[in-house]
Amino acid sequence: MKLAVNIAGVTFKNPVTTASGTFGSGAEFEEFVDLAALGAVTTKGVASQPWEGNPTPRIAETYGGMLNAVGLQNPGIELFCRRDIPHLKEKGASIIVNVCGHSEKEYLEVVERLSGEPVDLLEINVSCPNVKEGGIAFGQKPEALFHITKAVKEIARQPVVMKLSPNVTDITEMARAAEAGGADALSLINTITGMKIDIHRRQFVLANRTGGLSGPAIRPVAVRMIYQVHKACPLPIIGMGGVMTGEDAIELIMAGASMVAVGTANFHDPCATMKVLQGIETYMKNYHISDINELIGCI
Amino acid sequence: MMTMIKGTAMVLSQKMIADGIYDLVLSFPEAARLAVPGQFVDLYCRSAARLLPRPISICEADAREGSLRLVYRTAGAGTREFSHLKAGDSLEAVGPLGNGFISPEDAPARNTEKVLLIGGGIGIPPLLELARRLPGEKIAVLGYKDALFLKDDFDRLAGRADPALGSLRVAVATEDGHYGCQGTVLDLIREQKLEGEIIYACGPMPMLKAVSAYALDRGIKARISLEERMACGIGACLGCITKVKHKDHHTNVHNRRVCKDGPVFDAGEVDFS
Ligand SMILES: Cc1cc2nc3c(=O)[nH]c(=O)nc-3n(C[C@H](O)[C@H](O)[C@H](O)COP(=O)(O)OP(=O)(O)OC[C@H]3O[C@@H](n4cnc5c(N)ncnc54)[C@H](O)[C@@H]3O)c2cc1C
Ligand SMILES: Cc1cc2nc3c(=O)[nH]c(=O)nc-3n(C[C@H](O)[C@H](O)[C@H](O)COP(=O)(O)O)c2cc1C
Ligand code: FES
Repeated sequence: MKLAVNIAGVTFKNPVTTASGTFGSGAEFEEFVDLAALGAVTTKGVASQPWEGNPTPRIAETYGGMLNAVGLQNPGIELFCRRDIPHLKEKGASIIVNVCGHSEKEYLEVVERLSGEPVDLLEINVSCPNVKEGGIAFGQKPEALFHITKAVKEIARQPVVMKLSPNVTDITEMARAAEAGGADALSLINTITGMKIDIHRRQFVLANRTGGLSGPAIRPVAVRMIYQVHKACPLPIIGMGGVMTGEDAIELIMAGASMVAVGTANFHDPCATMKVLQGIETYMKNYHISDINELIGCI
Repeated sequence: MMTMIKGTAMVLSQKMIADGIYDLVLSFPEAARLAVPGQFVDLYCRSAARLLPRPISICEADAREGSLRLVYRTAGAGTREFSHLKAGDSLEAVGPLGNGFISPEDAPARNTEKVLLIGGGIGIPPLLELARRLPGEKIAVLGYKDALFLKDDFDRLAGRADPALGSLRVAVATEDGHYGCQGTVLDLIREQKLEGEIIYACGPMPMLKAVSAYALDRGIKARISLEERMACGIGACLGCITKVKHKDHHTNVHNRRVCKDGPVFDAGEVDFS
């Protein structure tokens, strides 16, 4: 059974990775998961400087999902390179680093700093507020996405994956903008903006008022968007959004994903990534699929 | 080395011990062996509509029996689901999680040390195991809104004079005044002139703030157990942070994770503003 997949020239031993921000730097899950058994570990968004993130509460559960407004708290690229990358390497993990920033300059500082590091892919999170554009995310305007992609591509030493936000009218327009900017691959979907109100206290549940919705509740949106993007644009896709089981992962793969990230499911079961991988293998056995690549975008 | 266990815990017993307060005993042997006072377990709901684990403090851990006792209040749908569990049922759990009350540098070896164990409401349960294991001249200062629970357990422990473990006295305050001193735990401490060289506290935020101010004022050390909304429970998602006065070495910012670096913190390090 062949499980290896290829994203932008990089081969991963299987199609299961972690969704950025749900798996820390990997180390936090080590007692539950053999990091080397994953296709790759995708790390929490990292910026040029440490970020304090949002006030609490940052988390709210919703039906079949959750809202988060962590606000991209991160220790900054220096400590990340000194502590987290060597640790992942020592554990034998393939590494996808998720990058965030408030301005083009900040993104580029991180990408530059990573140029000599043993990182397999860069995943650029364009859902961060763009300070210059009055806080509108880079990922919500095709021109802004095109420019940031192009700028990153010019200096990046590793293949560049642009992570698309679902909070747009036409996801294919964004995919094409990233493609035009030179992206090597796309990942989708990031969280969907939501809100929860505590009706007993008449106040917002999250200190930030709004948060990103994730978990099984958003999976149909992820499947639809992956499908649309796969039809509209030839770039390989890392798919995510509500994957809980191997069957869910197969659904995203059939829609067009070459690799699948497990996110919120890690909170429901710290062994979720391993179970998703086993579930994929079981599906392939049952349907006599010898190579996972046969299933990518088969619908 | 394993520090936490993921597994299926079996319900040994459950009963309601006060209005809306449940006393749940689980068989979860590996976790029971590892547990120290102040740690918690994450319990998972059966319904996948409720994805996130519910953190519940360990009230008692019996390594020999392989059991954990949890005392919780029904707060919403998740804890209501747990309240229907009966002996023989099982549920998914991860634990023990967090750091526990006793920090290594405190070295609570002297059983002459005067200790105040201050608990408010549903913050009382984790103090029971602490009272059992901690040496010293201990006073359990328990504050209730109305109905008492677990007081008998503290009384029993107090009555069992094991000199190796020092002594235990129990003092009670109730908001409605139907038992003990009327008022808060701090009213009780002041009224009865209760004194300690170190404080361990768990309870609602206003109580913890007041206890911290009291301790700081007197220059005594206080270890307080905090609560925050959690997702992963194991330090990965950064959902559950508390603000701290100094930059934390792990997060590299002025935040520490309640689930992993806590839930117990030195009162002096927490930034309440
Ligand atoms: C470290 C720690 C130890 C705890 N120990 C105990 C204990 O020993 N006994 C006890 O009765 N309660 C304890 N709690 C509070 C307990 O976790 C919540 O009451 C419980 O999660 C509520 O779940 P629910 O589904 O009934 O309520 P809902 O309000 O429906 O829960 C919705 C979501 O909010 C979260 N949530 C709600 N209230 C709290 C809260 N107070 N703290 C953290 N998350 C919350 C839930 O986990 C869930 O994700 C503890 C909390 C923490 C953080
Ligand atoms: C707590 C939390 C933190 C996240 N942090 C990041 C992040 O730092 N960068 C990023 O690109 N996406 C982040 N995400 C989005 C996830 O990577 C993923 O795109 C999204 O949650 C959908 O997948 P899921 O439903 O499987 O969780 C975060 C999601 C959650 C729940
Ligand atoms: S709950 Fe995820 S870091 Fe504490």
